[in-house]
Amino acid sequence: MSESGLPEGLSFERPIFEMVRKIEELKNLSVATGMDLNGEVRPLEEQCEKMTRKIFAGLSPWERVQVARHPDRPLTGDFISRIFEDFVELHGDRTYGDDRAVITGFGKINGRRILLVGHRKGRDTKSKLSCNFGCAHPEGYRKALHKMKLAERFGLPIVSLVNTPGAYPGIGAEERGQAWAIAENILEMSRLKVPIVVLVIGEGGSGGALGIGVGDRVMIMEHAYYSVISPEGCAAILWKNGEKAENAAQALRLTADDLHRLNIVDAIVSEPLGGAHRDHAAAAALVSEAISSALDELSGIDTELLLEARYERIRHLGQFFLGAE
Amino acid sequence: MGFAFRKKKDMPSGLWTKCRACGKMVYQKQVQEKLSVCPECGFHGKISSAKRIEITLDPKSFEAFGEEYLPRDILDFTDREPYAEKLNSTQGKTGLTEAAVVGTGTLKGMRVVIGILDFSFFGGSMGQVVGERITEAVERATGEGIPLIVFSASGGARMQEGALSLMQMAKTSAAIGRLRDVASAPYISVLTNPTTGGVTASFAALGDIIVAEPKALIGFAGPRVIQTTLRTDLPKGFQTSEFLLEHGFIDRIISRDVMRDELARILEYCLA
Ligand SMILES: [Zn+2]
Repeated sequence: MSESGLPEGLSFERPIFEMVRKIEELKNLSVATGMDLNGEVRPLEEQCEKMTRKIFAGLSPWERVQVARHPDRPLTGDFISRIFEDFVELHGDRTYGDDRAVITGFGKINGRRILLVGHRKGRDTKSKLSCNFGCAHPEGYRKALHKMKLAERFGLPIVSLVNTPGAYPGIGAEERGQAWAIAENILEMSRLKVPIVVLVIGEGGSGGALGIGVGDRVMIMEHAYYSVISPEGCAAILWKNGEKAENAAQALRLTADDLHRLNIVDAIVSEPLGGAHRDHAAAAALVSEAISSALDELSGIDTELLLEARYERIRHLGQFFLGAE
Repeated sequence: MGFAFRKKKDMPSGLWTKCRACGKMVYQKQVQEKLSVCPECGFHGKISSAKRIEITLDPKSFEAFGEEYLPRDILDFTDREPYAEKLNSTQGKTGLTEAAVVGTGTLKGMRVVIGILDFSFFGGSMGQVVGERITEAVERATGEGIPLIVFSASGGARMQEGALSLMQMAKTSAAIGRLRDVASAPYISVLTNPTTGGVTASFAALGDIIVAEPKALIGFAGPRVIQTTLRTDLPKGFQTSEFLLEHGFIDRIISRDVMRDELARILEYCLA
């Protein structure tokens, strides 16, 4: 945070924040002196909005990745407290432990009962460490599956909030079958007999994201990304240079628009001007509406038809080899 | 990601080769006769999909399908060279159209669907065509009610096809979900060196029965990634077939020379 209480921001946000500070100064001056400065403030506000719109419309894929990772971006916990009333957290995978990188529990959205699963990244250093920065272990995926099977039994639709740099790469994770846990989750989510709505709220990091990411509706927030590998990892392997992450981010087609064009996501959820981190309440309202309307669409569909449509959706992911050369 | 046998320049050409696993110089002809298995340490080196078919199925029983699906550079992906060009040159070099070869055939008279990932084609990585061919193999086995055997050797999802590759994990896994629902015949997943990333975390880990060749590298994250993340040495034998057997993730370790016999033994118990 800077002295004015505004975040320092990402490099491309600086001109926006500079202008916001100027506007604040004028407003303070107006209050302090009693002068009417509306004539000065309004055009500046309009100019600021225009500039923000322009900057955010022109973000490069790599800059969008920065927005998706923004330290002030709303996390799963923020959406839970703003959208899901009466949240009852449920812990543990019944086999090994309770992975804090994944949160699961019952909740209500606009009165509708659901089961929520989501990645948890943590905000401050302590909580970030306790949930491994959102990188889940096998027990996280198994916890999610255990609770999703409860949802199936009790007829509760599932809402999954995806936000992970990737599944945890570690010794314990491999010893406990990281690949096995993710694979079983993907398989089971393709045939769970209740509606599943998935929303990528920040980082959709590879198999770690897909491990709770299969559903009837898969949506992504405007400045979130979803990728087969992190731009840094891709750069290190294909460019043999981790500093080419910007090039990799461009090449991977990981932005919301790209993913929508490739039919990987069904819808893009708009964010408040300047990104979800600028206004958590407004972001939550938009997310709430998108999830609710997806649940509305899916409710009441005959289970067999729901599963058939889900299979067809998955079956046709990536069919771009068909058609003319 | 290579544990192939390396030719050594200062040795008489073609006669001797160095085993990447034990580092010993071994007589190349002997390695070939032993199906690329190191005579010194028993390490199972890479073999081609054609060779795999030859040593697994009954002679001349293999019939490929899915060859009409051909890879394309949908994302206009260029790293240090354009993906489209690399696809072309790899097809030329390997004689393969993609990293997955799938088809039907008989194994000791039993009709099976077989799938093989060929590591020589983009490290056996899974893009859209690999996903489609494997999915068709799963669906064919499901439809005909015959066993499915998939030999994996892969670095994971193919980066050059972006999230489209990632989605093949969902596609192949969903198809296996249906196979589990309706098919009475088994899916046997055979893990060979190396099998990592998105291939392990989808169809390779989903076998009804999972077997592995000895000493293969098998895991989700690659060892180098883990080492970089943890900044520590990895335990000896970490992410090998033996490690996975120890931790309960595979059923058996089977060496290459008896793989065909052992697969037949297992199949006999699973078929009506
Ligand atoms: Zn050796």
